[in-house]
Amino acid sequence: MNNVKKTLKIYLDNNATTPIHPEVIREMENALEFTYGNPSTLYSIGKEAKAKLEEARTRVASIIGAKSEEIVFTGGGTEANNLAIFGICKAYRNKGNHIITSKIEHDSVWNTCKSLERDGIDITYLPVDSYGMVDPEELKKAIRPDTIIISIMHSNNETGTIQPVNDMARIAKDGGIPFHTDAVQSIGKIKVNVEDLGVNLLSIASHKIYGPKGIGALYIRKGTRIQPILFGGHQEKGYRPGTENVPGIVGFGKAAEIADKNIETEGLAFLRDHLYNALKEKIERIRLNGHPTKRLPNTLNVSIEFVEGEGMVLALDDLGISVGTGSACATATLEPSYVLAAMGVPPQIAHCTLRFSLGRDTTDGDIDYIIEVMPEMVKKMRGFSPLYKEYLRRRKETV
Amino acid sequence: MYSEKVMEHFRNPRNMGEMENPDGIGKVGNPVCGDVMELYIKVKNNIIIDARFQTFGCGAAIATSSMVTELVKGKSIDEALEISNKAVADALGGLPPVKIHCSVLAEEALKSAIEDYRKKIS
Repeated sequence: MNNVKKTLKIYLDNNATTPIHPEVIREMENALEFTYGNPSTLYSIGKEAKAKLEEARTRVASIIGAKSEEIVFTGGGTEANNLAIFGICKAYRNKGNHIITSKIEHDSVWNTCKSLERDGIDITYLPVDSYGMVDPEELKKAIRPDTIIISIMHSNNETGTIQPVNDMARIAKDGGIPFHTDAVQSIGKIKVNVEDLGVNLLSIASHKIYGPKGIGALYIRKGTRIQPILFGGHQEKGYRPGTENVPGIVGFGKAAEIADKNIETEGLAFLRDHLYNALKEKIERIRLNGHPTKRLPNTLNVSIEFVEGEGMVLALDDLGISVGTGSACATATLEPSYVLAAMGVPPQIAHCTLRFSLGRDTTDGDIDYIIEVMPEMVKKMRGFSPLYKEYLRRRKETV
Repeated sequence: MYSEKVMEHFRNPRNMGEMENPDGIGKVGNPVCGDVMELYIKVKNNIIIDARFQTFGCGAAIATSSMVTELVKGKSIDEALEISNKAVADALGGLPPVKIHCSVLAEEALKSAIEDYRKKIS
C-alpha cells in the first residue's frame, strides 16, 4: 500500500455505474447541440426532437422485447421503481392494502415500501435462501385477497443472484396481481424479455448500460392500471410530466441499441470465475456470496474473513483498482449489508465483503493484475487484524 | 471522504503489530459491529514508553489506532488519560461524522489498556 499506483485504472464496479460508451457521447453531443426543440411543439425543430425521442423509445423497448408505447422515460431507475410501486398503489388503493416484496430489494424499492408501510399499508418482505434466492412457493403463501402489487427484483445488485421472476410472475398473474421487477442490474448483462417473464412492470436505468445518468424507463404492459406520481403536462402520456430530457433519452436509446447487440455473457463469466478460482487458491478463508451459477455473469461478491471491506476498497484503490464493498460501512448506517444478512451471512463475515463487477472494458490483463496483487494486500491487512491472529492461534491449537 | 492525514495513517500505520510482554492490553469493539481494536502499552516510571496496536476495521479505525499510539508515546499515565477521542480525530485532520465512533473506540482502547496496567501493578 506504500506504492500508490494512481496511474493505473482498473474499474471493476460496473454494478455501481458504467463508463459512458463513446458512441453514446457522440449522439448526445449531437442532440445537445442541435436537437434543442421542445418535442411537444409543432414546428420542424420540435418535431425533430420528437422523432429522436421516439427512435430512442423503440431502441429501449427492443432490448426488453416490449412495444415502444409500453415505455415511459423516467429520471432514472429509482424513479421508475417509485412510479411502479406508488403508481400501482394509487390505482389499486380501493382494492387492497397489501404489498409483497423481498428482503433483498434495492433501496429504491425497499424505502418506497417502508414509506407506504408508515402510511398504513401491510408489506410482506419475502425471505431468501443462502444463495439470496426468493422461493416462489413462499410468494404463493404470502398472497392475500387484498394484495395489490408484487415487486421482486430481477437480479440482486450486490450478489448478482438471478431471481426466478417468470415463475413468480405466473403466480401473480394467476392471482390477478400486477407484478413489478426491478431489472436495473440485469439489463445489458443478460437477455431480459418481458414476454418470457410475463411481468407487468419492469424498471431500467441507463447508466448501468454505458448510458448517461439521470435517465431510466419503466416498462408498463398494455392494460396495466397505474397512476402517475408527478403532475404536470401530458408528456409520456401523463405518466411522467415535464419537458423531456432529450439528450439523456437519446443517449439512453443509443446505449440500449449497443447493449442489445453486444450482450456477451460467456467471456465475462469465464474471466470472473477465473478471478474467483485464483483468489481462492491463494487466499484462505474466502467465500463466495450469491448463487454459484444462477448469477449475473459479471458479478463476484466475496467475503475475505478477518479483513474489513472498506479497508480493502481503500487499499485496492491505491493499487489502481476500483471495487465496491458489499458491506455498507461507508454509508451512514454502518450496518453490514442487509442482503447478506437476509442470506444468513454472519455480520462479522458480512463486514469483510468485496464486490467485483466486471464490464465491457475488463481485460484478461486486469484480472491477472488483481490476482497478482490481491493476496499480498490481504496478507498485509490481515497482519493488522486481531481476528486473524486469533484464528491462527485457534488453528494451531486444533492441529 | 477521508482527510489526507487519515489516508496517510491508513497506508502507513505506525506501531502496528503485537507487543512482546506488554504492561497493559486494551481490547475493545466487536467483530459483529465491524471494529475490533487491541492496544498494547509498555510503561516505565509511570511513562508510556511504547504503544502498539492491532485492528480489524475500516480505514478510519486503522488510522485512529495508529494515531492514538503516536499521541500516547512519551506521555505519563495521567496525561494519557486526558487524550480524548476528539484529540485523536483532530490530530487526523478530522473524521467524517459516521466515523467518529472509530476515534471513540481508540480512546476506549487506550483507557482499557491503562486500566489493565493499573490492575497488574496494584
